[in-house]
Amino acid sequence: MVNYLFILPAVLIFSLFYIYPFTKVVHLSLSQWDGIAFKPAAFVGLAHFKNILSGNATQWWVSMAQAGYITFWALTLQNLLALLLALACDKAIKAGAVYRVIFFIPPILSEVVVGLVWWWIYDGNWGLLNQWLTNIGFGHFAHNWLSPSLEEGSRFLVRALPLTCVAIVHCWKGFGWAFIILLAGLQNIPRDLYEAAKVDGADPWQVFWKVTFPILIPVIVLVVILTILASMQSFVLILAMTNGGPYYYTEVPVTRILDSMKNGYFGFACAQSVIFGLILLGLSFSQLKISKQVHRT
Amino acid sequence: MKKKINIYAVKKCSIAFLMHSFLIAVSAACIFPLLWMLGTALKTQQTVFSDSSLFPQYPHWENFYIAWTKGHFGIYFLNSVLYTVAVVIGIVIIASLAAYAFSRLQFPFKNFLFYMFLAAMMIPLPGSFVALFVALKNMHLTEGFILPRIGYIFAMINVGLSLSIFILKTFFDQMPKDLEDAARVDGCSKLGVWWHMALPIARPAIAVVVIYNALNVWNEYVLAMLVLQENSLMPLQRGLMIFRGAHMTQYPLLMAGITITIIPIIITYFIMQKYIIKGITAGAMKG
Repeated sequence: MVNYLFILPAVLIFSLFYIYPFTKVVHLSLSQWDGIAFKPAAFVGLAHFKNILSGNATQWWVSMAQAGYITFWALTLQNLLALLLALACDKAIKAGAVYRVIFFIPPILSEVVVGLVWWWIYDGNWGLLNQWLTNIGFGHFAHNWLSPSLEEGSRFLVRALPLTCVAIVHCWKGFGWAFIILLAGLQNIPRDLYEAAKVDGADPWQVFWKVTFPILIPVIVLVVILTILASMQSFVLILAMTNGGPYYYTEVPVTRILDSMKNGYFGFACAQSVIFGLILLGLSFSQLKISKQVHRT
Repeated sequence: MKKKINIYAVKKCSIAFLMHSFLIAVSAACIFPLLWMLGTALKTQQTVFSDSSLFPQYPHWENFYIAWTKGHFGIYFLNSVLYTVAVVIGIVIIASLAAYAFSRLQFPFKNFLFYMFLAAMMIPLPGSFVALFVALKNMHLTEGFILPRIGYIFAMINVGLSLSIFILKTFFDQMPKDLEDAARVDGCSKLGVWWHMALPIARPAIAVVVIYNALNVWNEYVLAMLVLQENSLMPLQRGLMIFRGAHMTQYPLLMAGITITIIPIIITYFIMQKYIIKGITAGAMKG
């Protein structure tokens, strides 16, 4: 019996702060509740889910697409950069360790810090970016990056620019982290495989596609899954930079959930959480499955 | 023959040169925003809009003092230290107890409980803060000046618990059993073995757990936003956002505040980067 004492604190905290909230989310997602404690939650069944899935909640799906846009940049720009850097550092160049330390600085900073520093860099009046553009003679490219006005450019620019700026900062913060994992994967590859390929007369391009890449696939799949999970759910950066604006142009699902909650729609907020969680779970499972199939063939 | 070697050497050199230029360019992109932040922190609200140099000619170091006192960053800083220390101590004790039990002791439902912790690590629950906030409210942990602190600390302990148990259990599994057996023969209780043997030996794994969780708590924002409404309770991240929204933003003071926020992180990082990278990789590989 004394053995239970060892896990008792962990299980207690886990039940109170994980299992209880978990069941509460499911319960509230089927209810209407405005967050006032003495008013009981009214059961409404699947009404919130119908509301979201039938397309009534257009904003929700727009926010989903916007998170998808950020994820797209993270998957391409961020991970490609990370892979290139990892390949460069894996080759036994000197000072590789120094680069590694530097690339990992952005990931250890908080999203609030990164968001606020870049918010100031993007500042329309005196941000670093505009000053710098003016200094090198491209002053006409200066923008109010995070909330451009229609006088500055087309409707498309007004729509896409803030979100793209946020996505780039997201990549800036995230690439070092993908780099570390990819580099760890690369360094697990036995060196004699490279030697053997070289003896066989393979050029570097062939070595990459025939030796490095196939062995690295599990690590790449891992990075892809984690990138999707992290990018779809990232939102503190957005709170710090744009707070979802201008209009709804930089809203993502989690900021929607937060808004619903702050406006007292707790049931609706929880239903959004459940749907979003299921989508993410489905995404990562299908990724794993695809990777296993690729591995088998 | 000689010529051929030279061509080879030149080719090798130029590849190395290109590679280093690429790596250095990316490194510069990593560091430059932080230098710009520091430079802004040393300007005044007037010169920040006219002085475009990276570091001002007359640096205003007193901005740090003003941010610390008038900007409340001193209070925020102490709160962050309090939360980080409390959560990390809590996690190390609770997680190492549980991990030791999962690795060494026998009890009913052991595997079920362990997989429950594992599953919690892997199921994404976006917006879980909504339910957590409701739960804390139902437990009356959001009102007053002491209860929110306690609620926040326990909620954050829970956030880091699963991964920490996992890291420590993996370590205990690889530890030789002989030492413990010897201690048991000498009449040490189970708790005594955990305290006198397991914990000291697990120091490397505990270092990873400490660093990983300390970073996590220091950088946390969302729960702090929901739970800690009073200025005097807020940690740094929360304070920064308040400062941004409060009045016409005083960029130099805000940047001084951010600098205060990240200095402990940067210092810890340079001293402990081995453990940090290990922790992050472990956190990623958990899937």
